[in-house]
Amino acid sequence: MLVFLIKRLGLALLVAFTVSVITFSLLRISGDPAVAIAGEGATASEVEYIRQQYNLDRPLPVQYLEWAGNALSGDFGRSIYLNAPVADIIGERLGATLTLGASAIAFAILLGLPLGVIAAIRPNSWIDRSALTLAVFGQALPSFWFALMLIVVFGVNLRWLPISGSESWQNFVLPAIALGYFVMPGIMRLTRTGMLEVLSSDYIRTARAKGLRVPKIIFKHALRNAVIPVVSLAAVQFGFMLGGSVVIETIFAINGIGYLAWQSIQRSDFAMMQAIVLILASFYVLLSLAADILNAALDPKIRVY
Amino acid sequence: MKISRILAVGVGLALASPASALAGKEDNSLVWATDREVSIIDNYYQNIRETVVMQWHVWDSLLFRDPETFKYQPLLATGYEWIDNTTIEFDLREGVTFHDGSEFNADDVVYTFNHVSNPENAVVTQANVEWIDHAEKLDPYKVRIKLKEPFPAALEYFATALHIVPDGHYDDAPEVTGSDGAAAKDYGSVAPIGTGPYKLEELEAGKRITLVRNEDYFEGSPKGQPQIDKLVFRTIPSLETRIAELMTGGIDWLWDVPKDQAEHLSDVPTVEVVNAPTMRISYLQFDAVGKSGETPVTDPLVRQAISYAIDRPAIVENLVGGSSEVIHAACFPTQFGCTEDLKKYEYDPEKAKELLAEAGYPDGFSIDIYAYRQREFTEAVINYLSQIGIDANLKYMQYKALAQLVWDSGTPINQMTWGSSSINDVSAITSHFFSGGRDDLAQDEEVIAWLNEADNSVDAEKREALYGKALQKIAEEAYWLPMFTYTKNYAFDADLDFTPTPDEVPYFFNASWQ
Repeated sequence: MLVFLIKRLGLALLVAFTVSVITFSLLRISGDPAVAIAGEGATASEVEYIRQQYNLDRPLPVQYLEWAGNALSGDFGRSIYLNAPVADIIGERLGATLTLGASAIAFAILLGLPLGVIAAIRPNSWIDRSALTLAVFGQALPSFWFALMLIVVFGVNLRWLPISGSESWQNFVLPAIALGYFVMPGIMRLTRTGMLEVLSSDYIRTARAKGLRVPKIIFKHALRNAVIPVVSLAAVQFGFMLGGSVVIETIFAINGIGYLAWQSIQRSDFAMMQAIVLILASFYVLLSLAADILNAALDPKIRVY
Repeated sequence: MKISRILAVGVGLALASPASALAGKEDNSLVWATDREVSIIDNYYQNIRETVVMQWHVWDSLLFRDPETFKYQPLLATGYEWIDNTTIEFDLREGVTFHDGSEFNADDVVYTFNHVSNPENAVVTQANVEWIDHAEKLDPYKVRIKLKEPFPAALEYFATALHIVPDGHYDDAPEVTGSDGAAAKDYGSVAPIGTGPYKLEELEAGKRITLVRNEDYFEGSPKGQPQIDKLVFRTIPSLETRIAELMTGGIDWLWDVPKDQAEHLSDVPTVEVVNAPTMRISYLQFDAVGKSGETPVTDPLVRQAISYAIDRPAIVENLVGGSSEVIHAACFPTQFGCTEDLKKYEYDPEKAKELLAEAGYPDGFSIDIYAYRQREFTEAVINYLSQIGIDANLKYMQYKALAQLVWDSGTPINQMTWGSSSINDVSAITSHFFSGGRDDLAQDEEVIAWLNEADNSVDAEKREALYGKALQKIAEEAYWLPMFTYTKNYAFDADLDFTPTPDEVPYFFNASWQ
């Protein structure tokens, strides 16, 4: 188990390093940041001044090593656009994204898991069919369209919920639904498949034969086993949501990491971009690692060296 | 399904449901929103449209430019006098106080100009300040400002870009470590203190900025007395969300509404949509000097042919809309020195074909056209070019990439825009593009000489004549094809008394609830 852990951890670090190098190189070949910072109508001397000010005139490997060295000590540099330390800004905005991601995954699990269980207990019933329809819509609807429909119905027409901002918990209801609805089908279908498989297995038949009550069979024996792959899917999806909430954050004006990443690309805010990509990649890697370890702990067969 | 359609459905639904009470009117506040994040209010240290708006509300400059007549009125100065070409003196207003209660006098003006004109203090738009040499105090309410060289447009800047901060304002700026490890002063983060009609209450970087009415704003200001108690700026990135917020009263004011959305919004009874001109113009720039290689557009006949081939009135009517107008000179019509008394290219495809044949391209040619804004406008141009046999390939890119390309290696044809930073003088546009700099793809010695002479003269008549000659030659040689003026659609609560101005600065201090 220890060798497994060390191997996985080493792999995770390697991924983080590779991501940082690729991000760094890609950002540098995408355009001259000095021109972007100087803005429309800047003179040649202004651009040159900015280039020196931000050390953009040095060789790329030197720039990378300098950045990586500082990043290891928690200093991600200053945002050239927002004029503040990158670490501070990310710290400020990570909260909104985590809140959004957590409520979205909670929504997806709270809706997907029960639906999957019910669909498995009554396969091919009307409930199963409706759940399938819901899942197909969840996968097929573009999230920006779904988000706008939520705004039109619950914000503009019914006026139940605020449309934009991140001031109170009410602000997170519509975005969490919009973001979570996309993930829900995967969780639901995986629960259904897992439950169907488990319910037809020998030990469940034994449990039934013993005369155990149906709820106890389903929740204590079947679901506990069926839910294992769902946990790792949810973990990975949570990581995906942190980086992939750009559209939802943009539409609902939530000051989170996703929107910040998108804005930083537009502004060629390199320090910010590098830090965000690294942090999101680390989250992803950590969540995958956690899922791996969880699965390995639950199922010894997975502990392959 | 287009997003505007979805919103149109929303509009229909909104009409069907009872309108809720509008918070803005109730508590005499006004919420406005754009897609941009603002972390610095001080326009000296972040120059975007939103900080210009903040600047006009939190601070005052020495002069005030009347938005309708473009005449200068006294603001913090009561009068001015040019002593010679490079010396101007201002008499200052007495009895004005800053938001922190300190008295306004000559020390503040001297401090401000000496701070901003020092390149070490790194004001972000150096063009606004680099012509100032220094300022000196003559008496408590009189200052003298020395210019480095004659700069006829100086008054424009004294009336717009140069706000006055209190004496010592930036002295306690926090030190930050730059990426080079050296300490630098972070002047942009100094809490804003001005004399303006509004003062800062709270700044939530990238999210929300709250200004409150300055109860002690001085009597007799040409800005008038502010009526609205609280001005809140919010960042809402998505246009659709801003529109939904406007329809439900979550926000009260927005601008830059595209033509199709503006048409839908004008059907909403609680919203008023107004189209107003701006100083931004669209133009085609040809690589006459051949920086990008020997392309056909180095031949003036080809440039003229293209100029005749494009039906600009049709583009304006069908695509741009609003109060946009076709222009013929390489400047905005109200700018000092701009004239429409020059060679004009009316739409004439037959003549265009003749000119093209005369230039040796009876069957046309293939060429690259670059653009960064409103793709559909450039696609219309390409369509007109194809009708005279020119096969233009669209290269669409980000502004920064295109600007860099023009500077480095030129582009055969580009369609770009220029807003002149709302400076009502052709030196902010014609001189910028035709004085031989890196944006100049004409490099016409004669034009460069005329513009330089005009830029350095304070004799209005002489300047007008020289700019006229330059603009005429630019038109004859067809270095540019000036296209049209941009307009802006404003949408705001129908109960709000608000009038847009052509300088693209909302005068919220003149707005009020009915």
